[in-house]
Amino acid sequence: MSLLNMKSVKKSFDGVEILKDISLEVGEGEILSIIGPSGSGKSTLLRCATLLEDMDDGELSYNGNTVCKSVEGKSVYESSAALKKISECFGLVFQNFNLFPHMNVLQNICDAPIRVQKRDRTSVKEEAFELLKKMGLFDKAKAYPYQLSGGQSQRVAIARALALNPKILFFDEPTSALDPELTGEVLRVIKSLSDLNIAMVIVTHEMAFAREISDKVIFMSGGVIVEAGTPDVVFASDNEKTKNFIGALNK
Amino acid sequence: MNILDIAAKLAPGMLVSIQIFLVTLILSLPLGLLVAFGRMSKIKTVSYLCKIYISIMRGTPLMLQLMVVYFGPYYIFGVSITGSYRIVATVIGFVINYAAYFAEIYRSGIQSMSGGQYEAAKILGYTKSQTFFVIILPQVIKRILPSVTNEVITLVKDTSLAFTISVAEMFTMAKALASSTTSMYPFVCAALFYYIFNAIVAFVMEFIEKKLDYYK
Repeated sequence: MSLLNMKSVKKSFDGVEILKDISLEVGEGEILSIIGPSGSGKSTLLRCATLLEDMDDGELSYNGNTVCKSVEGKSVYESSAALKKISECFGLVFQNFNLFPHMNVLQNICDAPIRVQKRDRTSVKEEAFELLKKMGLFDKAKAYPYQLSGGQSQRVAIARALALNPKILFFDEPTSALDPELTGEVLRVIKSLSDLNIAMVIVTHEMAFAREISDKVIFMSGGVIVEAGTPDVVFASDNEKTKNFIGALNK
Repeated sequence: MNILDIAAKLAPGMLVSIQIFLVTLILSLPLGLLVAFGRMSKIKTVSYLCKIYISIMRGTPLMLQLMVVYFGPYYIFGVSITGSYRIVATVIGFVINYAAYFAEIYRSGIQSMSGGQYEAAKILGYTKSQTFFVIILPQVIKRILPSVTNEVITLVKDTSLAFTISVAEMFTMAKALASSTTSMYPFVCAALFYYIFNAIVAFVMEFIEKKLDYYK
């Protein structure tokens, strides 16, 4: 049974079809990169998977637990209580971090585990410091988001997502708001997560990174999956669209 | 009569003014938040009713509203009004008027928040009310503080409008004293009172602003 299962997902905005029949699966601990030109629907796909958007048609399940089913060409969602339970298994890292500016780094990380998951304050804090150490931000626990660089902010956002112990973590262009130097530090952190046995779905424009880290790569264009497979297969593809896109980025 | 004697004579009125001010503030700030929720409600009827309410409160003079609240029960419903209703009517009039203004200030603050904050909260599993009270409201308060300060300062001066329904607040007494002593000094004293009152208000609000300065 796969951890994440999306089947025939369709989504339109104001009559414009953004996702046209997308299906994908992610297994436990698996790392999937989604690449493709801007406007190809990558972010929308992630937003549908994380329940920030309702899809028009298609099916979604986590660990065999149904989020929505397709009934007569329309997605029908489970009750919000059921969805809340299911959504505990995933986390999302945003392109622009979305840290809470009025909370310091430690509060940003600890508040949800304490308030939402009702876990013990002391152990949550201990874990948070462990995470910060892993992120190389041990000395920033008391800093406020406005005092952090973009790369540091994104690493805090990753720690905040990890603190809830997700089984699968989504990244929506995690380095697109960062300069090359900061991009490197964030990518190194993401790479270091691969031994945690957390599945990751990463929307990215960092081709070398996607190629190195992924178990599977999906190339999307115009709302469809043009190509899917191991990095070696996709990056050596003969498909005209894929070749053009990857070639353009490597120039 | 020197200024201290006048101040002593006006002291009971000052207390009434301060009471009107404090009660109005304490009641209209939360009521304004409720009205703001109503105004932003997805239920069309609720949102429309709140819009009309705000429109009337902002579109007519507070002085007139005070008279409606005070005399309304008698002229509309035939209920006889007692003298003690005066101060109650004053407070009701002020609270419903100021709640309307505060509602619009809250709304501007809430709607200026980026969607990303809501999305991050949703992903982290916060409930709707947790999201509002833990994530959104603290940031909204910081943003709207300057506008709130404006309103609060206006409120200090507006307490003088209670004279329309003969509440013995400070300005009512100052006018009476001025005409009975044929002197301008009661007005000088009144001016000083409002100015000092507002200086304190400004000082307190600035203090709160500084307190919230720890983040950007």
